[in-house]
Amino acid sequence: MVLNNEIIKEKLTAQFREQILAWEDSYGMLSVTVQNEINLKVLTFLHDETSLSFQFLTDLTGVHFPDRKGEELSVVYHLHNLVENVRMRMKIFAPIEKPDVYTATGLYSGANWMERETYDFYGVNFVGHPDLKRVLNVDEMDYFPMRKEFPLEDQTRIDKDDDMFGR
Amino acid sequence: MQEQININLPEGSIEKQTTRLNLGPTHPATHGVFQNILEMDGERIIKTESTVGYIHRAFEKIAERRPLYQITTLTDRLNYCSSPINNMGWHLTCEKLLDVKTPKRVDYLRVIIMELARITDHLICNSIVGVDTGAYTGFLYVMQYRELAYEIYEEVCGSRLTTNMGRIGGFERNFSNAAFEKIEKFLNEFPGVWKEFENLFNRNRIFVERTRGTGAISAERALNYSFTGPNLRAAGIDYDVRVHSPYSSYEDFDFIIPVGTTGDNYDRFMVRNGEIWESLSIIKQAYEKVQAFKGTEAEVYHADAPEYYLPAKADVYTKMEALIYHFKIVMGETDIPVGEVYQAVEGGNGELGFYLVSDGGRAPFRLHFRRPCFIYYQAYAEIVKNTMLSDAIVTLSSLNLIAGEMDA
Repeated sequence: MVLNNEIIKEKLTAQFREQILAWEDSYGMLSVTVQNEINLKVLTFLHDETSLSFQFLTDLTGVHFPDRKGEELSVVYHLHNLVENVRMRMKIFAPIEKPDVYTATGLYSGANWMERETYDFYGVNFVGHPDLKRVLNVDEMDYFPMRKEFPLEDQTRIDKDDDMFGR
Repeated sequence: MQEQININLPEGSIEKQTTRLNLGPTHPATHGVFQNILEMDGERIIKTESTVGYIHRAFEKIAERRPLYQITTLTDRLNYCSSPINNMGWHLTCEKLLDVKTPKRVDYLRVIIMELARITDHLICNSIVGVDTGAYTGFLYVMQYRELAYEIYEEVCGSRLTTNMGRIGGFERNFSNAAFEKIEKFLNEFPGVWKEFENLFNRNRIFVERTRGTGAISAERALNYSFTGPNLRAAGIDYDVRVHSPYSSYEDFDFIIPVGTTGDNYDRFMVRNGEIWESLSIIKQAYEKVQAFKGTEAEVYHADAPEYYLPAKADVYTKMEALIYHFKIVMGETDIPVGEVYQAVEGGNGELGFYLVSDGGRAPFRLHFRRPCFIYYQAYAEIVKNTMLSDAIVTLSSLNLIAGEMDA
């Protein structure tokens, strides 16, 4: 059977109905936004349902939208069905005060470090992760540097000591 | 630690039965900044804790303030053994977002450069596996052809390692005759040299015994760990981005995907060898296709995308539109369309992906690099568990872990 975006849409809608928040088709890739609490259920369904079998996790990452009140942090999954060669994207949004998201490490071993990276930079708390600690930054860091409230340094600043920073 | 068998301590001893050993962060055998804290029972590894993060450079954060064309220099520094592939991957991502169609000749020129980069990448990896198993000769011998490949880059873009090659829509200038001559020289001479390299290793008893059956990962585990590229193919899964989601007109070329069966160090070595032969054949095909263009078509080296491709300097001085576009591009004042793009290319190491979210500003809202090495490295602990330390060193090289791709 040939798998296409319409079939994925149909199957997911039949299974999860109103828990699916949005559909999007960006540059040929189907993108689905689901409720924060059911991310693992949807991932498991996509993984286990034989006609879908998205068993390859291409990428997992976070995005911070400071303007979306109550759902500032987004986690984006890129999934791939290698047999049918279909890619899709799944997104969830979590509030920044309590960014609890279920971990995908049970399904994909590869999600381990990708989730650690997302935690490291965005502070998304992956519930159930076996070893959720920073992976690229120092352990003592007490903030999440990729969040938008940390702008890059102003390149025109002049109050720095030139001898030390070479500006 | 019930598994220990070698050390028998007297009754009531407070000594540990295992030894903790730091392999890295800077160790001659690790070829990069990797730290592994090993729990050893004699020479057998019981537990590994891998650490990265010594050279984190915050590329994704920096990219959030740069115009698209300035991000190319960041991608150079991901997998620096094959920077042109990263550059082209980034241009393809931008072109997808900006809806720029590249002419066929540009695609073929890109294919030549990308396959050349793949050869240099695999050449380094395989010869380093040779070094780690005790054969330095092969490494030094093939290195002169990496030099030739770097000279070709130099002819094309002016630099060697961190190339910053190409622009959105094409190349900054046409390939010179010297570049084509060098490509021809490479095609003529390199196969013989690589054959000699293969003769030295493929049936060499010492090499085969060091690599066969060590560092193996099954196809199921490799898939579950999101392996891609040669490391996945060595386990027997024929997934190749060039074939599954063709970009840059890869569909016009005739080549096969070499696969292994056991996913061990030897298979990874052989898969990379096979890919070098395929890359050579692709370069040959692309070179012929490029030579087949005649007349004005043979001068095409970029797409018609005035908003993103810098105009010729002579035009900047004489034409108003060119001056405007020049100013806007250099000052980074071009707004990019709103959108969300994922573009993958088959990098030297596997699927190199770019996830770009744009909110309509002048710089990406969010840019994420899917770095295959970062994803491979987490499987290292599982692969080397219960193996000998000396095998773990070979495994580290044959996974082709590049430090630049871990910390992005």
